[in-house]
Amino acid sequence: MRHFFRRKSSCQIAKDRLKILLISDRVNCSPEMMELIKTDIAKVISKYMKIDSENMEIQINTKGSKAGRAAKPSLCANIPIVDVTMPELKSQEAMRL
Amino acid sequence: MENQFSQERKGSEVIVVTSGKGGVGKTTTSANVGTGLAKLGKKVCLIDTDIGLRNLDVVMGLENRIVYNLVDVVEGNCRVKQALIRDKRHPGLYLMPSAQTRDKSAVTPGQMIKVIEHLKEQFDYIILDCPAGIEQGFQNAIAGADRALVVTTPEVSAIRDADRIIGLLEANGFKQMDLIINRLRMDMVKRGDMMSAQDVVDILAIPLIGIIPDDENVVIATNQGEPLVGCDSPAGQAYANVVQRVEGREVPFLNFEKSISFWTKVTGIFHKL
Repeated sequence: MRHFFRRKSSCQIAKDRLKILLISDRVNCSPEMMELIKTDIAKVISKYMKIDSENMEIQINTKGSKAGRAAKPSLCANIPIVDVTMPELKSQEAMRL
Repeated sequence: MENQFSQERKGSEVIVVTSGKGGVGKTTTSANVGTGLAKLGKKVCLIDTDIGLRNLDVVMGLENRIVYNLVDVVEGNCRVKQALIRDKRHPGLYLMPSAQTRDKSAVTPGQMIKVIEHLKEQFDYIILDCPAGIEQGFQNAIAGADRALVVTTPEVSAIRDADRIIGLLEANGFKQMDLIINRLRMDMVKRGDMMSAQDVVDILAIPLIGIIPDDENVVIATNQGEPLVGCDSPAGQAYANVVQRVEGREVPFLNFEKSISFWTKVTGIFHKL
Protein backbone atom coordinates (compact mmCIF):
# COMPACT_ATOMS: atom_id res chain seq x y z
CA MET A 1 0.00 0.00 0.00
CA ARG A 2 2.91 2.30 0.72
CA HIS A 3 3.52 2.50 -3.02
CA PHE A 4 0.45 4.67 -3.38
CA PHE A 5 1.53 7.16 -0.78
CA ARG A 6 5.21 7.36 -1.55
CA ARG A 7 5.68 10.71 -3.25
CA LYS A 8 9.07 10.32 -4.85
CA SER A 9 10.53 7.13 -6.25
CA SER A 10 13.86 6.07 -4.77
CA CYS A 11 15.30 6.31 -8.27
CA GLN A 12 14.36 10.00 -8.42
CA ILE A 13 15.83 10.58 -4.97
CA ALA A 14 19.09 8.95 -6.07
CA LYS A 15 19.23 11.10 -9.20
CA ASP A 16 18.57 14.29 -7.27
CA ARG A 17 21.20 13.44 -4.68
CA LEU A 18 23.77 12.55 -7.30
CA LYS A 19 23.12 15.74 -9.22
CA ILE A 20 24.06 17.87 -6.24
CA LEU A 21 26.83 15.55 -5.05
CA LEU A 22 28.62 15.39 -8.38
CA ILE A 23 28.52 19.13 -8.88
CA SER A 24 30.43 19.69 -5.66
CA ASP A 25 32.71 16.71 -6.42
CA ARG A 26 33.57 18.06 -9.86
CA VAL A 27 34.08 21.65 -8.83
CA ASN A 28 35.73 20.65 -5.59
CA CYS A 29 33.24 22.82 -3.75
CA SER A 30 31.61 21.48 -0.61
CA PRO A 31 27.86 21.68 0.09
CA GLU A 32 28.66 23.85 3.13
CA MET A 33 30.43 26.35 0.92
CA MET A 34 27.47 26.35 -1.49
CA GLU A 35 25.21 27.10 1.45
CA LEU A 36 27.43 30.01 2.52
CA ILE A 37 27.45 31.41 -1.01
CA LYS A 38 23.69 31.11 -1.08
CA THR A 39 23.12 33.02 2.16
CA ASP A 40 25.56 35.72 1.10
CA ILE A 41 23.86 36.20 -2.26
CA ALA A 42 20.49 36.34 -0.51
CA LYS A 43 21.84 38.99 1.85
CA VAL A 44 23.07 41.18 -0.99
CA ILE A 45 19.96 40.88 -3.14
CA SER A 46 17.60 41.53 -0.25
CA LYS A 47 19.19 44.96 0.13
CA TYR A 48 17.47 45.92 -3.12
CA MET A 49 14.37 43.80 -3.41
CA LYS A 50 12.23 41.51 -1.36
CA ILE A 51 13.12 37.93 -2.18
CA ASP A 52 11.90 34.54 -1.09
CA SER A 53 15.18 33.31 0.36
CA GLU A 54 13.57 30.07 1.54
CA ASN A 55 12.96 28.95 -2.01
CA MET A 56 16.04 30.28 -3.72
CA GLU A 57 18.35 27.79 -5.40
CA ILE A 58 21.91 28.02 -6.49
CA GLN A 59 23.66 25.49 -8.67
CA ILE A 60 26.91 25.09 -10.48
CA ASN A 61 25.99 24.09 -14.00
CA THR A 62 27.97 23.32 -17.07
CA LYS A 63 26.63 24.58 -20.34
CA GLY A 64 26.05 21.94 -22.98
CA SER A 65 24.94 18.44 -22.10
CA LYS A 66 27.55 16.27 -23.82
CA ALA A 67 30.89 17.77 -22.98
CA GLY A 68 29.87 18.14 -19.36
CA ARG A 69 33.33 18.06 -17.90
CA ALA A 70 35.10 19.95 -20.65
CA ALA A 71 32.78 22.94 -20.48
CA LYS A 72 33.45 25.73 -18.03
CA PRO A 73 31.11 25.61 -15.05
CA SER A 74 28.89 28.55 -14.23
CA LEU A 75 27.02 29.50 -11.10
CA CYS A 76 23.28 29.81 -11.59
CA ALA A 77 21.04 31.33 -8.99
CA ASN A 78 17.29 31.08 -9.11
CA ILE A 79 15.92 33.70 -6.75
CA PRO A 80 12.15 34.14 -6.50
CA ILE A 81 11.28 37.81 -6.11
CA VAL A 82 8.37 38.62 -3.85
CA ASP A 83 8.27 42.37 -4.43
CA VAL A 84 10.40 44.39 -6.84
CA THR A 85 9.30 47.78 -5.69
CA MET A 86 11.06 48.46 -2.44
CA PRO A 87 9.46 51.49 -0.80
CA GLU A 88 12.51 52.31 1.34
CA LEU A 89 14.85 52.23 -1.58
CA LYS A 90 12.55 54.46 -3.58
CA SER A 91 12.34 57.02 -0.85
CA GLN A 92 16.12 56.87 -0.42
CA GLU A 93 16.56 57.40 -4.07
CA ALA A 94 14.13 60.27 -4.06
CA MET A 95 16.06 61.89 -1.25
CA ARG A 96 19.31 61.51 -3.10
CA LEU A 97 17.80 63.20 -6.13
CA MET B 1 54.46 -17.14 -30.82
CA GLU B 2 56.28 -13.90 -31.53
CA ASN B 3 55.89 -13.54 -35.26
CA GLN B 4 52.93 -15.73 -35.94
CA PHE B 5 50.32 -13.01 -36.20
CA SER B 6 52.35 -9.88 -36.53
CA GLN B 7 52.04 -9.53 -40.29
CA GLU B 8 48.29 -9.05 -40.60
CA ARG B 9 47.74 -7.05 -37.42
CA LYS B 10 46.77 -3.42 -37.55
CA GLY B 11 48.30 -2.55 -34.19
CA SER B 12 47.19 -3.48 -30.74
CA GLU B 13 44.78 -1.78 -28.43
CA VAL B 14 45.42 -1.41 -24.72
CA ILE B 15 42.22 -1.21 -22.67
CA VAL B 16 42.00 -0.58 -18.95
CA VAL B 17 38.91 -1.79 -17.08
CA THR B 18 38.34 0.49 -14.13
CA SER B 19 35.60 1.70 -11.78
CA GLY B 20 36.91 3.44 -8.68
CA LYS B 21 34.62 1.54 -6.36
CA GLY B 22 35.37 -2.09 -5.55
CA GLY B 23 33.02 -4.97 -6.18
CA VAL B 24 31.17 -3.54 -9.17
CA GLY B 25 32.49 -6.11 -11.64
CA LYS B 26 35.85 -4.98 -13.03
CA THR B 27 37.42 -8.41 -12.85
CA THR B 28 34.33 -10.16 -14.23
CA THR B 29 34.21 -7.64 -17.06
CA SER B 30 37.92 -8.02 -17.82
CA ALA B 31 37.60 -11.81 -17.90
CA ASN B 32 34.51 -11.78 -20.11
CA VAL B 33 35.64 -9.12 -22.56
CA GLY B 34 39.06 -10.78 -22.86
CA THR B 35 37.60 -14.23 -23.37
CA GLY B 36 35.02 -12.87 -25.81
CA LEU B 37 37.69 -11.20 -27.93
CA ALA B 38 39.72 -14.42 -27.92
CA LYS B 39 36.63 -16.31 -29.07
CA LEU B 40 36.54 -13.97 -32.07
CA GLY B 41 40.04 -15.16 -32.91
CA LYS B 42 41.96 -12.22 -31.49
CA LYS B 43 45.20 -12.54 -29.60
CA VAL B 44 44.41 -11.24 -26.13
CA CYS B 45 46.55 -10.68 -23.06
CA LEU B 46 44.79 -10.08 -19.77
CA ILE B 47 46.90 -8.38 -17.13
CA ASP B 48 45.89 -8.38 -13.48
CA THR B 49 47.29 -5.15 -12.04
CA ASP B 50 45.82 -5.61 -8.58
CA ILE B 51 49.03 -6.42 -6.74
CA GLY B 52 48.39 -8.05 -3.37
CA LEU B 53 44.75 -8.86 -4.12
CA ARG B 54 44.85 -10.81 -7.33
CA ASN B 55 41.58 -12.29 -8.50
CA LEU B 56 41.52 -12.41 -12.26
CA ASP B 57 43.31 -15.78 -12.14
CA VAL B 58 40.51 -17.41 -10.12
CA VAL B 59 37.75 -15.84 -12.21
CA MET B 60 39.50 -17.25 -15.28
CA GLY B 61 40.05 -20.61 -13.59
CA LEU B 62 43.82 -20.42 -14.08
CA GLU B 63 44.91 -20.10 -10.46
CA ASN B 64 46.68 -23.47 -10.40
CA ARG B 65 48.98 -22.65 -13.24
CA ILE B 66 50.75 -19.58 -11.93
CA VAL B 67 54.54 -19.80 -11.78
CA TYR B 68 55.76 -16.26 -12.36
CA ASN B 69 53.85 -13.00 -12.09
CA LEU B 70 53.87 -9.34 -13.08
CA VAL B 71 56.25 -8.35 -10.28
CA ASP B 72 58.70 -11.09 -11.33
CA VAL B 73 58.68 -9.66 -14.84
CA VAL B 74 59.22 -6.12 -13.63
CA GLU B 75 62.04 -7.15 -11.29
CA GLY B 76 63.70 -9.19 -14.01
CA ASN B 77 63.27 -12.58 -12.33
CA CYS B 78 61.81 -13.99 -15.53
CA ARG B 79 61.08 -13.08 -19.11
CA VAL B 80 57.67 -11.66 -20.07
CA LYS B 81 56.84 -14.83 -21.96
CA GLN B 82 57.47 -17.01 -18.92
CA ALA B 83 54.89 -15.18 -16.84
CA LEU B 84 52.13 -15.53 -19.43
CA ILE B 85 49.66 -18.34 -18.78
CA ARG B 86 47.99 -19.70 -21.88
CA ASP B 87 44.28 -20.45 -21.51
CA LYS B 88 43.97 -23.87 -23.13
CA ARG B 89 40.22 -23.45 -23.75
CA HIS B 90 40.70 -20.46 -26.04
CA PRO B 91 43.59 -20.19 -28.45
CA GLY B 92 45.15 -16.75 -28.33
CA LEU B 93 44.11 -15.98 -24.75
CA TYR B 94 46.85 -15.35 -22.20
CA LEU B 95 46.90 -14.12 -18.60
CA MET B 96 49.63 -12.25 -16.83
CA PRO B 97 48.82 -12.78 -13.14
CA SER B 98 49.57 -10.33 -10.39
CA ALA B 99 51.67 -11.00 -7.28
CA GLN B 100 49.77 -11.97 -4.18
CA THR B 101 52.49 -11.43 -1.59
CA ARG B 102 53.56 -7.92 -2.57
CA ASP B 103 51.92 -4.49 -2.58
CA LYS B 104 51.18 -1.73 -5.06
CA SER B 105 54.56 -0.05 -4.64
CA ALA B 106 56.32 -3.07 -6.20
CA VAL B 107 55.53 -1.71 -9.68
CA THR B 108 55.77 1.80 -11.11
CA PRO B 109 53.81 3.31 -14.03
CA GLY B 110 57.01 3.49 -16.05
CA GLN B 111 57.64 -0.23 -15.60
CA MET B 112 54.07 -1.01 -16.61
CA ILE B 113 54.48 0.96 -19.83
CA LYS B 114 57.63 -1.02 -20.61
CA VAL B 115 55.90 -4.38 -20.10
CA ILE B 116 52.93 -3.27 -22.20
CA GLU B 117 55.15 -2.02 -25.01
CA HIS B 118 56.76 -5.44 -25.09
CA LEU B 119 53.38 -7.24 -25.15
CA LYS B 120 52.01 -4.95 -27.87
CA GLU B 121 54.26 -6.69 -30.37
CA GLN B 122 52.44 -9.97 -29.85
CA PHE B 123 48.83 -9.17 -29.02
CA ASP B 124 45.81 -7.55 -30.64
CA TYR B 125 44.32 -6.59 -27.31
CA ILE B 126 45.87 -6.02 -23.93
CA ILE B 127 43.27 -5.77 -21.19
CA LEU B 128 44.26 -4.40 -17.82
CA ASP B 129 42.18 -5.25 -14.79
CA CYS B 130 42.52 -2.19 -12.56
CA PRO B 131 42.38 -2.36 -8.75
CA ALA B 132 39.77 -0.38 -6.83
CA GLY B 133 40.76 3.05 -5.62
CA ILE B 134 42.68 5.93 -7.14
CA GLU B 135 46.14 5.36 -5.67
CA GLN B 136 49.24 3.92 -7.25
CA GLY B 137 47.53 0.72 -8.38
CA PHE B 138 45.20 2.83 -10.49
CA GLN B 139 48.08 4.93 -11.81
CA ASN B 140 49.94 1.74 -12.76
CA ALA B 141 46.93 0.31 -14.56
CA ILE B 142 46.16 3.40 -16.63
CA ALA B 143 49.77 4.28 -17.45
CA GLY B 144 50.08 2.20 -20.59
CA ALA B 145 46.43 2.17 -21.68
CA ASP B 146 44.94 4.11 -24.56
CA ARG B 147 41.28 3.51 -23.89
CA ALA B 148 39.16 2.73 -20.85
CA LEU B 149 36.06 0.77 -19.98
CA VAL B 150 34.46 2.35 -16.93
CA VAL B 151 32.32 -0.14 -15.01
CA THR B 152 29.58 1.02 -12.69
CA THR B 153 26.39 -0.28 -11.13
CA PRO B 154 23.20 1.83 -10.96
CA GLU B 155 23.94 2.84 -7.36
CA VAL B 156 24.77 6.24 -5.96
CA SER B 157 28.14 5.21 -4.50
CA ALA B 158 29.36 3.43 -7.65
CA ILE B 159 28.24 6.29 -9.91
CA ARG B 160 29.93 8.87 -7.75
CA ASP B 161 33.21 6.94 -7.87
CA ALA B 162 32.85 6.38 -11.61
CA ASP B 163 32.44 10.12 -12.09
CA ARG B 164 35.64 10.74 -10.17
CA ILE B 165 37.45 8.10 -12.23
CA ILE B 166 36.24 9.66 -15.49
CA GLY B 167 37.58 13.01 -14.30
CA LEU B 168 40.96 11.44 -13.49
CA LEU B 169 41.10 9.61 -16.83
CA GLU B 170 40.37 12.85 -18.65
CA ALA B 171 43.07 14.59 -16.68
CA ASN B 172 45.44 11.82 -17.79
CA GLY B 173 44.64 12.47 -21.43
CA PHE B 174 42.24 9.61 -22.15
CA LYS B 175 40.19 10.29 -25.26
CA GLN B 176 38.17 7.09 -25.46
CA MET B 177 36.18 6.10 -22.39
CA ASP B 178 33.15 3.86 -22.57
CA LEU B 179 30.65 3.01 -19.89
CA ILE B 180 29.49 -0.44 -18.81
CA ILE B 181 26.49 -0.51 -16.52
CA ASN B 182 26.59 -3.72 -14.55
CA ARG B 183 23.95 -5.53 -12.50
CA LEU B 184 20.96 -3.69 -13.85
CA ARG B 185 17.64 -5.02 -12.64
CA MET B 186 14.83 -4.21 -15.03
CA ASP B 187 12.13 -5.11 -12.52
CA MET B 188 13.50 -2.52 -10.08
CA VAL B 189 13.91 0.09 -12.82
CA LYS B 190 10.27 -0.42 -13.77
CA ARG B 191 9.19 0.04 -10.17
CA GLY B 192 11.17 3.27 -10.01
CA ASP B 193 13.57 1.85 -7.45
CA MET B 194 16.68 1.74 -9.62
CA MET B 195 18.22 4.24 -11.97
CA SER B 196 17.82 3.21 -15.59
CA ALA B 197 20.76 2.90 -17.97
CA GLN B 198 19.70 6.21 -19.53
CA ASP B 199 19.71 7.91 -16.13
CA VAL B 200 23.27 6.74 -15.49
CA VAL B 201 24.43 7.79 -18.97
CA ASP B 202 22.85 11.22 -18.47
CA ILE B 203 24.77 11.68 -15.24
CA LEU B 204 28.17 10.37 -16.34
CA ALA B 205 28.01 11.74 -19.91
CA ILE B 206 30.30 9.20 -21.60
CA PRO B 207 29.29 6.78 -24.38
CA LEU B 208 27.56 3.60 -23.27
CA ILE B 209 29.16 0.37 -24.48
CA GLY B 210 27.23 -2.21 -22.48
CA ILE B 211 24.37 -2.94 -20.13
CA ILE B 212 24.85 -6.14 -18.15
CA PRO B 213 21.73 -7.40 -16.41
CA ASP B 214 21.93 -8.78 -12.89
CA ASP B 215 22.30 -12.48 -13.57
CA GLU B 216 22.92 -15.34 -11.14
CA ASN B 217 24.80 -17.16 -13.90
CA VAL B 218 27.69 -14.75 -13.32
CA VAL B 219 28.14 -16.21 -9.83
CA ILE B 220 27.85 -19.74 -11.19
CA ALA B 221 30.41 -18.99 -13.91
CA THR B 222 32.81 -17.50 -11.35
CA ASN B 223 32.37 -20.58 -9.16
CA GLN B 224 33.38 -22.71 -12.10
CA GLY B 225 36.21 -20.46 -13.25
CA GLU B 226 34.85 -20.12 -16.77
CA PRO B 227 33.72 -16.70 -18.10
CA LEU B 228 30.15 -16.84 -19.41
CA VAL B 229 30.55 -14.54 -22.40
CA GLY B 230 28.51 -15.82 -25.31
CA CYS B 231 26.59 -18.33 -23.18
CA ASP B 232 22.86 -18.54 -23.37
CA SER B 233 22.21 -16.32 -20.35
CA PRO B 234 21.30 -12.63 -20.19
CA ALA B 235 24.73 -11.55 -18.92
CA GLY B 236 26.52 -13.87 -21.35
CA GLN B 237 24.68 -12.31 -24.28
CA ALA B 238 25.22 -8.80 -22.98
CA TYR B 239 28.97 -9.40 -22.65
CA ALA B 240 29.09 -10.86 -26.16
CA ASN B 241 27.56 -7.59 -27.39
CA VAL B 242 30.09 -5.54 -25.43
CA VAL B 243 32.86 -7.48 -27.18
CA GLN B 244 31.33 -6.66 -30.57
CA ARG B 245 31.15 -2.98 -29.66
CA VAL B 246 34.76 -2.99 -28.39
CA GLU B 247 35.65 -4.27 -31.85
CA GLY B 248 33.83 -1.27 -33.29
CA ARG B 249 30.69 -2.96 -34.55
CA GLU B 250 27.31 -1.45 -33.84
CA VAL B 251 25.01 -3.82 -31.99
CA PRO B 252 21.60 -2.85 -30.64
CA PHE B 253 21.17 -3.01 -26.88
CA LEU B 254 19.33 -6.04 -25.55
CA ASN B 255 15.87 -5.74 -24.17
CA PHE B 256 15.93 -7.40 -20.77
CA GLU B 257 12.28 -7.08 -19.97
CA LYS B 258 11.00 -10.50 -19.21
CA SER B 259 7.57 -11.31 -20.51
CA ILE B 260 5.45 -11.16 -17.41
CA SER B 261 2.57 -13.57 -17.34
CA PHE B 262 -0.96 -12.56 -16.46
CA TRP B 263 -0.77 -14.55 -13.24
CA THR B 264 2.38 -12.83 -11.91
CA LYS B 265 0.75 -9.51 -12.70
CA VAL B 266 -2.28 -10.45 -10.60
CA THR B 267 -0.19 -11.72 -7.69
CA GLY B 268 2.03 -8.66 -8.10
CA ILE B 269 -0.93 -6.39 -7.44
CA PHE B 270 -1.69 -8.27 -4.24
CA HIS B 271 1.94 -8.04 -3.14
CA LYS B 272 1.80 -4.30 -3.46
CA LEU B 273 -1.30 -3.98 -1.31
